[in-house]
Amino acid sequence: MKSTFIKIAAVATLACTFAVGSVSAADYPKKKPREQSWSFSGPLGKFDKGQLQRGLQVYTEVCSACHSLNLLSYRNLADLGYSDDQIKNYAAEYEVQDGPNDDGEMFERPARPADRFKGPYANDKEAAAANNGALPPDFSLLAKARAPERGFPTFIFDIFTMYAENGPDYIHSLLTGYQDPPEGTEVGDGLHYNPYFAAGEALAMGPPLSDELVDYTDGSPMTVEQYSKDVTAFMAWAADPQLEERKQRGFIVILFLLVFAGLLYFTKKKVWSDLSH
Amino acid sequence: MSGHSTYNPTSGFGKWMDARLPLARLMHDSFVSYPVPRNLNAFYTFGGILMIMLVSQIITGIVIAMHYVPDANVAFESVHLLRRDVSYGGTLQSWHAVGASLFFFAVYIHIFRGLYYGSYKAPREILWILGVVIFLLMMATAFMGYVLPWGQMSFWGAQVITGFFSAIPLVGETVREYLLGGYSVGNATLNRFFSLHYLLPFMIAGIVILHVWALHVTGQTNPTGVEVKSKQDVIPFTPYATVKDALALVVFMIIMAYFVFYMPDYLGHADNYIPANSNVTPAHIVPEWYFLPFYAILRAVDFNIGIPFTEIVLIDSKLGGVLAMFGSIAILFLVPWLDTSSVRSSNYRPTYKVFFWLFVVNSIFLGYLGSRPAAGIWIPLMKGSTFLYFAHFLLVMPLLGFFEKPLPRPASITDAVLGKDGKETAAAPVAAE
Amino acid sequence: MSDHNSGDATRRDFLYIATGAAGVAAVGGIVWPLVSQMGPNEREKAAGAPIEVNIGDIEEGRVITVTWRGNKYFIRHLTADEVEAAGAKEQSDFRDFVAAADRITGPEGGDAVWSVYGANCTHLGCIPTEVKENGDTWNCPCHGSRFDVTGRVTKGPAPVNLPQPPMVFASEETLIIGTDKAGA
Repeated sequence: MKSTFIKIAAVATLACTFAVGSVSAADYPKKKPREQSWSFSGPLGKFDKGQLQRGLQVYTEVCSACHSLNLLSYRNLADLGYSDDQIKNYAAEYEVQDGPNDDGEMFERPARPADRFKGPYANDKEAAAANNGALPPDFSLLAKARAPERGFPTFIFDIFTMYAENGPDYIHSLLTGYQDPPEGTEVGDGLHYNPYFAAGEALAMGPPLSDELVDYTDGSPMTVEQYSKDVTAFMAWAADPQLEERKQRGFIVILFLLVFAGLLYFTKKKVWSDLSH
Repeated sequence: MSGHSTYNPTSGFGKWMDARLPLARLMHDSFVSYPVPRNLNAFYTFGGILMIMLVSQIITGIVIAMHYVPDANVAFESVHLLRRDVSYGGTLQSWHAVGASLFFFAVYIHIFRGLYYGSYKAPREILWILGVVIFLLMMATAFMGYVLPWGQMSFWGAQVITGFFSAIPLVGETVREYLLGGYSVGNATLNRFFSLHYLLPFMIAGIVILHVWALHVTGQTNPTGVEVKSKQDVIPFTPYATVKDALALVVFMIIMAYFVFYMPDYLGHADNYIPANSNVTPAHIVPEWYFLPFYAILRAVDFNIGIPFTEIVLIDSKLGGVLAMFGSIAILFLVPWLDTSSVRSSNYRPTYKVFFWLFVVNSIFLGYLGSRPAAGIWIPLMKGSTFLYFAHFLLVMPLLGFFEKPLPRPASITDAVLGKDGKETAAAPVAAE
Repeated sequence: MSDHNSGDATRRDFLYIATGAAGVAAVGGIVWPLVSQMGPNEREKAAGAPIEVNIGDIEEGRVITVTWRGNKYFIRHLTADEVEAAGAKEQSDFRDFVAAADRITGPEGGDAVWSVYGANCTHLGCIPTEVKENGDTWNCPCHGSRFDVTGRVTKGPAPVNLPQPPMVFASEETLIIGTDKAGA
């Protein structure tokens, strides 16, 4: 019976893992995302606030020209370590529409911390029209939404290694992965070759980052690699601002449950000891 | 084993109440003095786990419904604002979503346990059938729940699944329109799915009560497959089964907590983090993992069935796939009558045991195939695997009963337990009949 | 039960109690999030930030209604007569007496002619309408509570005066409701 149990447990684990999240092995991306070490991975992962602040700077100065951040409000920037006044000033740089006022007219006013991040376009159609028909995706959940399939058997090991940084790895690889198309590959007009892109061999967005593009004030290297890591971490935070809290909570819950299970195990043994004779 | 009730109220109020509404007596007889076979193994704890999972899903569901808005324009956003802005919202939402996955994980173990130990055989046919009904309702509930976050997979899942109904000859399209509340998946669809997603769990709970009732009439099976014969064969539910079930539940919760807190997205699909968009179909639509075997069966039928040598089509490929898929579940209803063997537990059926494990492996493989694209090598594999699935029920189960030579079974549960130094090696029977 | 010596029994009792306590803790840990999620969420809290009201346009004797955290507040610009009449009333006229001066305020260096208070009756929450009878200014249509011009209850079932929100004058023209700290 013991061996049957183990067999079934193994099979059941497989049953669970085999089937999970496995989309078909498509032709793209041509290269698997490069796995990075992130401060927020692992059971006690935490965001690096300095990195998030730099990421916000890259987003503000570069990405936000095309990409919105709809699900976040300026007040959320408190997570990055900013004070209320700093957030107020950041928000006040943007004009948002409010109203109607008592005269029935809509009016513009400086954004407040409670307002959502103002996007670069009024709506998706305008965004697409301004970008040759390719809609720049919203950043709020992108680090979760872009997670290419890991493939069998990697996705089984992922359970045990607690690998959940598929999305950030993909984004960082994409941002740093632009290169000249190999010989014999023709990319369409206005498209840019990138072997890490998940939905084809080339994408509409050109390489968005270049060295020295954004002025860092904390002495971090001003390279594409660093910009990309910072903005990716920022996107990971934007997609999952509760990550730190969630992991700490999990640590406590699991620790407690392990103790509880231990107690129950001995209680069960004790209760059942009456039976064996 | 509905024996004599041993409930004995001591307090004045207890007696007064017992004479009017013997609720305490019912609880006592069902969960305290209720006799269970003494040799139940860990797989028999999943019934209790499932009961708690149902309660857990209902409670977390009611709670997150306080924040969810079933409107196509804001549904997606409301889920994410729940996760971001509500106190413990992220945990509760994950607990509900991961909970659905683990609910199915537990129910599959429960079903396979029933198949292995012959829990469907007389006199437990109704118990088994109620279980299959619960399984069907669970599938409907889970599907509609998955639509509610209104991401890309939600939307296109709804599109595909409601498409099943358009396969019904003549009235199919009309049936689909009535399901959708429109000509396409839209706001009306979302609203009614929310309503039904809220309703169905309570229907499940109702049938679970019948399921438990039926169980308590016939009593549990046990790994030997031998019915309870004497008082020595059984132990009272409390404290023995209670504490064992509690231990199993906490271990199960550890697994669940691991996913909820550390890998909340692992069991879901990344595309559902993109808001529903009726213009763009995701590159690969796949259902949640627990539906994948059935999805593979659906796609295995890519041919019309007609009268040979003519061009008359009786069942086109679309209807054929849908019939095969529903048939793969409906066939479970017939299992009590398809299995012709007089031996209950597979421990004493050496040949069937092999087929059983083949069936398990094949089911898992079907799940893997369900995640593959319907192209190339995968199509013949889907067909072969689907054939094996049905062959298990339609060929192995009926025929093996006539050919198989079962091993000798123990005379009683007590013999099986005490004859082997307390070690659980039920595979080694003690006494022949 | 077989024979246990007392040491065994104690250990067993301890085990059972510890397990039971862990079970209780588990239930508590489950119930807490379920209760906690009922409270106002972060969006509500952020949307409940203090509001700025331009009071420069409110003429003497007029009242406006503003909304803070979804609740209505009256901002009343009192006439000199009203200020005087309110101050002249006696303690016996009121159920929940406070001096009129505590209910009338004004910007630093400006006249104390403003009375600001919640617009929901302290009985069961209806919004009073204006009347001019017996020195009362507000009548609650639901159950007949009466309030004077500064929102103090004079009769009816309402137990206490209409509450004053936290507020501060940012300037002669601007009143901030929702905080009593200037500059916040």
